Amino acid sequence: MVGTLLLRGMLVGVVAGLLCFAFLKVAGEPSVDRAIAFEGQVDAAKDGADATGATSPTTHQHGDEAELVSRPVQAGIGLLTGVVVYSAAVGGLFALAFALAHGRMGELGPRSTAALLAGVGFVAVYVMPTLKYPANPPAVGEAGTIGMRTGLYFAMLALSLAAAIGCGMLRRRLANRYGAWNAFLIGTGVYLAAMLAVSFLLPAINEVPEDFPAVVLWQFRIASLGAQSIMWATLGLLFGALTERAASPRRKARATATA
Amino acid sequence: MTNTTFAPAARPAAIPVRDVLPWAVFGGLMLMLAIYFVGVEEGATALFKGMYVHEFVHDGRHLLGFPCH
Repeated sequence: MVGTLLLRGMLVGVVAGLLCFAFLKVAGEPSVDRAIAFEGQVDAAKDGADATGATSPTTHQHGDEAELVSRPVQAGIGLLTGVVVYSAAVGGLFALAFALAHGRMGELGPRSTAALLAGVGFVAVYVMPTLKYPANPPAVGEAGTIGMRTGLYFAMLALSLAAAIGCGMLRRRLANRYGAWNAFLIGTGVYLAAMLAVSFLLPAINEVPEDFPAVVLWQFRIASLGAQSIMWATLGLLFGALTERAASPRRKARATATA
Repeated sequence: MTNTTFAPAARPAAIPVRDVLPWAVFGGLMLMLAIYFVGVEEGATALFKGMYVHEFVHDGRHLLGFPCH
């Protein structure tokens, strides 16, 4: 039962990943290319300023320096692999969460459970961490702070996910006393209050270069938001529909047996 | 269809937690390892030497919202 759900979640994740790839190829890559062009200009200006012409000691290389992976590969098969692997993995984790949540979220059927769960996952796993530490294109971010930035991003993600799970359990406890809708509102309110407190306590990061084009930054972040929206929507809706369809022949058989 | 979606005839039976747990632990670990390779490897920490994994999934890592470099 759980194995079937897990496999289904990962397959739906692959479909979601392919949709995300198509979207990012059109909506995301132009801003990545522009950001890399900006990085190239900055490096060129820096090299020009050095009388010796020595290359800047950045560990990371874009543009015309010796490339480990070429830009077309990064923007093609590399992007496809990254997005599909990520999406399949999130789909599998989503299926495991569904296995635990289904039947424990009031009387919701598989489709509404999956849709609601995907909505919660989208907010808890992507929206909340990214509101505090937004997605950044190449050329934004100091190489020296990558450890700290990664740590803070995952701390924000873990706290957000833990708070969402905690508030889901709180909602379930309160549902009998206050009714389903009020319990849902209380749970949501507690989650938002907790995450506001966490966001104020965690340090801010601002490493956007002063003359980085604002339009490119906006387009990049909107593309990131769009891709995650597509992924979570596909997970929630397609997984729910498939799970309901898988359950329905049995329900039909039961209905005819009792009739 | 709408009626069965929002008000199924019977409360769906929950899968017992002890049945989910082994899948959640082993499956969850494998899946998180996959996310680690897309999101973090050869950035903040590295299991392999070099930058190949980082450079290969570079665009996806940026666009999915992970700190990249």
